[in-house]
Amino acid sequence: MGKVLMKGNEVIAEAAVHAGCKYFFGYPITPQSELVAYMARRLPEAGGVFLQAESEIAAINMVYGAAGTGVRVMTSSSSPGFSLKQEGISYLVGSELPAVICNIVRGGPGLGNIQPAQSDYFQVTKGGGHGDYNIPVLAPASLQEIVELTQDAFDIADRYRTPVILMGDGMLGQMMEPVEFGERSETEQFKKEWATTGTRGDGGPKIITSLELDAESLEERNRNLQRKFARIKENEVRYETYLIDDADYIMVAFGTVARITLNAINKARREGVKVGLIRPISLWPFPEKPFIETRGRVKGFISVEMSAGQMIEDIRLAVNGFAPVDFFGRTGGVVPTQEEIYDKIMSVAGGVTV
Amino acid sequence: MTMKTVFKKTSGLTDKPTHYCPGCTHGVIHRLVGEVLEEMDILEDTIGVASVGCSVLSYEYFNCDMTQAAHGRAPAVATGVKRVLPNRFVFTYQGDGDLASIGISEVIHAAARGENITVIFVNNAIYGMTGGQMAPTTLIGQKTATTPFGRDVSIQGSPIKVCEMISTLDGAAYIERVSAHDVPHIQKVKKAIRKAFETQKKGLGFSLIEVLSTCPTNWGLDPAESLDWVKDNMVPVYPLGVYKNKEGVK
Repeated sequence: MGKVLMKGNEVIAEAAVHAGCKYFFGYPITPQSELVAYMARRLPEAGGVFLQAESEIAAINMVYGAAGTGVRVMTSSSSPGFSLKQEGISYLVGSELPAVICNIVRGGPGLGNIQPAQSDYFQVTKGGGHGDYNIPVLAPASLQEIVELTQDAFDIADRYRTPVILMGDGMLGQMMEPVEFGERSETEQFKKEWATTGTRGDGGPKIITSLELDAESLEERNRNLQRKFARIKENEVRYETYLIDDADYIMVAFGTVARITLNAINKARREGVKVGLIRPISLWPFPEKPFIETRGRVKGFISVEMSAGQMIEDIRLAVNGFAPVDFFGRTGGVVPTQEEIYDKIMSVAGGVTV
Repeated sequence: MTMKTVFKKTSGLTDKPTHYCPGCTHGVIHRLVGEVLEEMDILEDTIGVASVGCSVLSYEYFNCDMTQAAHGRAPAVATGVKRVLPNRFVFTYQGDGDLASIGISEVIHAAARGENITVIFVNNAIYGMTGGQMAPTTLIGQKTATTPFGRDVSIQGSPIKVCEMISTLDGAAYIERVSAHDVPHIQKVKKAIRKAFETQKKGLGFSLIEVLSTCPTNWGLDPAESLDWVKDNMVPVYPLGVYKNKEGVK
């Protein structure tokens, strides 16, 4: 299969189908409605089921029901709708059910607007719902990367029996780029003996629940969850670096902002300023390694975000006081320009006042 | 001499002792559901969905695959299960707080879609698990923890009549209200539950059986008084009968 020109939201949907997802329960919300519409056309021909739920709350609970039968299932939304899914996501974690949830982030808080934002970073990386938990979060920066990460998201979900969040901003959902859907050679096999599909032939009732009334027992369950999160932190960190080996200053950005930041870095490099980039691909687990490895030789970090500054907290934890961490961000759906990021680089690293 | 077995516990229930209060009719209703699943020989092909409230632990009592739903969301969870496994039987077991208050949207839309599932709706006009607060089905004048002076229409509005409301939807195939307050009526409860699962077996669409039930603990009555209270106070407000039988299921 050659390259095809597609819209980001549709790439997510097609990549999910390629990953073996045949069930989708969703609710319309801008700027991810194309994803829902694509699934409505595509899944019936793939032998699956698309269902428009009456609300995001119903959608995530339909996902819970379908996930319990052991199939690959997905839902998607954007910020206000994603907030409504939080209770259901907490239940998925508590009941250890695999599912992929897409959040195409828009400006907030409240109804906000429909422009691109990254201001749900806290919500997706720090649990989001009630209880002690984290969820793997993957943040692609290009449409081709969506193809890869969507497959990864379903694999991680099955491997660890956990919901996984695919996070993009409205820009990623709406932009068009050529993509190629390659088939993966190695496919991990996941046995799902826990699935509730009826007991015929499998020797007795199975129960899917997050309830544990006894305190000591719930603590043990929670310890098991924490052990699982530790394994995910060990195995599922993803990031990319650019020109950090000789860098005096390192920019940190994810998603589409990383692409704009990259252009600003190239411009600064042409001016002789040694600046590089760390692009977290997994927002949780957050990539601490490149920050630890560059300790002692980097003069400072600059986080660039489409928020008032959320990822910067994780950067500061990883840097742990070894270097100053600066920030540049735009909010409310304003996309930072290459020029203003360049100006920020020069004001911090270039020894000039802009 | 060999003894003839004249009665035994249904294989539709596990051996786990239930946690229900003395005089609560959940146990009876559980048994009737279990008996129907056993008699239809569909226990191994059934996935039940437990809800939040007194019956949350029903997943330990029904002898089939079970999943536990968030408060009010059982019909959505059941939808997810059924859409993946259309050839399995899927039922929810929900109380009046779960179904008629926080989950009213999910049950209405499941019915509107004609979702081919069965809902067992146990209505005892009060929140039991949380300590006897007003439910949407609490009767006018009924005292609860949150209506200490009695439910007042001018403040809390009137009871929601679920069967009447759901039966207006085209997707609803079989809707009946029954009561568990005495033996003849309990036999009718079982017949109704059977009809609901037969409706699902035939693929006719959404079925819901509302069972009027007791809560001696939170009503402050003894078990016998509670049964009378259902008959004398609930049945007049919630008339028993078949509200919808789209395809004439017998």
